[in-house]
Amino acid sequence: MGVAVHPAPIDWTIMGVYFAFVLGIGAALKRHMRTSSDYFLSGRAIPAWIAGLAFISANLGAQEVIGMAASGAKYGMATSHFYWVGAIPAMVFLGVFMMPFYYGSRARSVPEYLKLRFDEKTRGLNAISFAVMTVFSSGISMYAMALLLNLLLGWHFTTSVLLSALIVLVYIFLGGLTSAIYNEVLQFFLIVFGFAPLVFLGLKDVGGWHGLVAGLHEAAVARGFAPDAWTSTWSVMSSPSSNPMGVEWISIAMGLGFVLSFGYWCTDFLVVQRALAADSMAAARRTPLIAAVPKMFFPFLVILPGMIAIASTMHGGASGLTLPHKEDGALNYDMVIPLMLGHYFPNGMLGLGLTALMASFMTGMAGNVTAFNTVWTYDIYQAYIRHEASDRHYLNMGRIATVVGIGLSIAAAYAANRFNNIMDLLQLLFAFVNAPLFATFLLGMFWKRTSGHGAFFGLLAGTAAAAVHHGLTLPGGSATGIQGGWIAVRHLYASQMAQNFWTAIYAFGACFLVTVVVSLATRPRAEEELKGLVYSLTPRVRADGERWYARPAVLGACVLAGAIVLNIIFR
Amino acid sequence: MGLDIRIPIGSLFVTLGLLLGGYGLFSNSAIYQRSLGLDINLWWGGGLLAFGLAMLALAWRAARARGRR
Repeated sequence: MGVAVHPAPIDWTIMGVYFAFVLGIGAALKRHMRTSSDYFLSGRAIPAWIAGLAFISANLGAQEVIGMAASGAKYGMATSHFYWVGAIPAMVFLGVFMMPFYYGSRARSVPEYLKLRFDEKTRGLNAISFAVMTVFSSGISMYAMALLLNLLLGWHFTTSVLLSALIVLVYIFLGGLTSAIYNEVLQFFLIVFGFAPLVFLGLKDVGGWHGLVAGLHEAAVARGFAPDAWTSTWSVMSSPSSNPMGVEWISIAMGLGFVLSFGYWCTDFLVVQRALAADSMAAARRTPLIAAVPKMFFPFLVILPGMIAIASTMHGGASGLTLPHKEDGALNYDMVIPLMLGHYFPNGMLGLGLTALMASFMTGMAGNVTAFNTVWTYDIYQAYIRHEASDRHYLNMGRIATVVGIGLSIAAAYAANRFNNIMDLLQLLFAFVNAPLFATFLLGMFWKRTSGHGAFFGLLAGTAAAAVHHGLTLPGGSATGIQGGWIAVRHLYASQMAQNFWTAIYAFGACFLVTVVVSLATRPRAEEELKGLVYSLTPRVRADGERWYARPAVLGACVLAGAIVLNIIFR
Repeated sequence: MGLDIRIPIGSLFVTLGLLLGGYGLFSNSAIYQRSLGLDINLWWGGGLLAFGLAMLALAWRAARARGRR
């Protein structure tokens, strides 16, 4: 494949040092894990800056890094919509408006909030679908890591899977969520320090920013687009045919910027759990806002490598970096990061780059495992299997759930290796289940009339709407089946991305409507029961005690302003 | 939360910085053709070392402040 690298003893030493630290942190934290709250919520004792970096790091798995670099090559600068439109506004909304209910209600998980706000069946639906999803996500992470290590280092699939599973198992088993969070912070710095020199060397190689833009203009024209199609974000979004993403501005703003982004950042327990571990309400609210600052600048770390690689491939960089082709002749965009690691990094830095890559795969797994063990123990085991037991019992159950969760992830990794379609199918199902979620939370938190029946049937309707929309539409040039059109092809989209965005918009719309209609037809809960759970019935959180610049509203406004400025600069 | 996270972060980056920087000092300069003629190990190792030391300094300051209280 041409991306194999040849580590020297110095590289192995660097990787070894990192793994020793990871395991050491788990061991050092073991004696602090006395109660189930220590294990699942870090005893709600994490300072805001640590929770914030862990919040962003839990999302910065290797699939994100490799996928965003691939998108940078495929779509260019417009990929930053996934950050400046598809993340920052939702993170600000979470910190400023939603965190008071999550943290203030003392819910230990997102499904538990649904139980407090609505009813048991809504919690059950969310808890079970989430638990299944995390196990498979962790398995997919392991699978992707094993494939990559096989290409880069020639390791066997089984060796990679078992090694990564064992390391993650040890440090979570011992140190619980705190261990996961500490390692996420460590990984955040490793990714930044491991990949920043890649961007620096790559830019130098293609002749700086001006050389990069010239190369990208050539690449865009060669593919039949306007010269600036790879270097701008908004000015090419007037119609799906004018940009390589095949989307137009309204689906970016509504589908990605509103439904998908808020649905992920505001309701996914994987990230919200990091904020729930914060040591105070103020720290919990600051967590996503602090996380938004590095998130804003990640495009320069993860998207730029893709743009450099495509510019160098099409235009010819000084050192001849060229993307490999897949078997079907298309460029293999997923190889951007692995290829650049081997191309630019001498032994030494190579070790650091490989360590950053492995670290991000493992934290991707670990985030899912900690979310899984919490939801399993509190929302499934305690809710339906053993209601009353000692705290020690639940702590032990958490450790067992960690082992079982990782065992199931290994099984999922092998399933992914054996039957690739199963994973595509599962990811599609998860997308259907997740698409409507934000409508439920929005109505639940800001409209006191929303009832449990409304939420439950709204969610079902939203998932059904997503499935039906997918079944009736197809991205142009695809075969019917897993890509869509399995009922009948009624509409063709310019790209799969456009189809995804519109699926989300329909799911949200259906969930919103059905929740409202069913809520109006059923009895709402008594207002006294909803204090602390609904906006209009909860006293405002006063931020008077904090210095003005640390207040969530001020921080949130600054972060939003930063994202707007970036959107304008790179329009 | 028991363990100040800046201590493991600082120690890790000091170790990595010394390893990389040391390797950069003594390695054959032919390997730096990849990194466009720049001894990236030496420079970046120095950067990691500085970052690690800064983290340790912050942790030390926090521990001293706690001790005074």
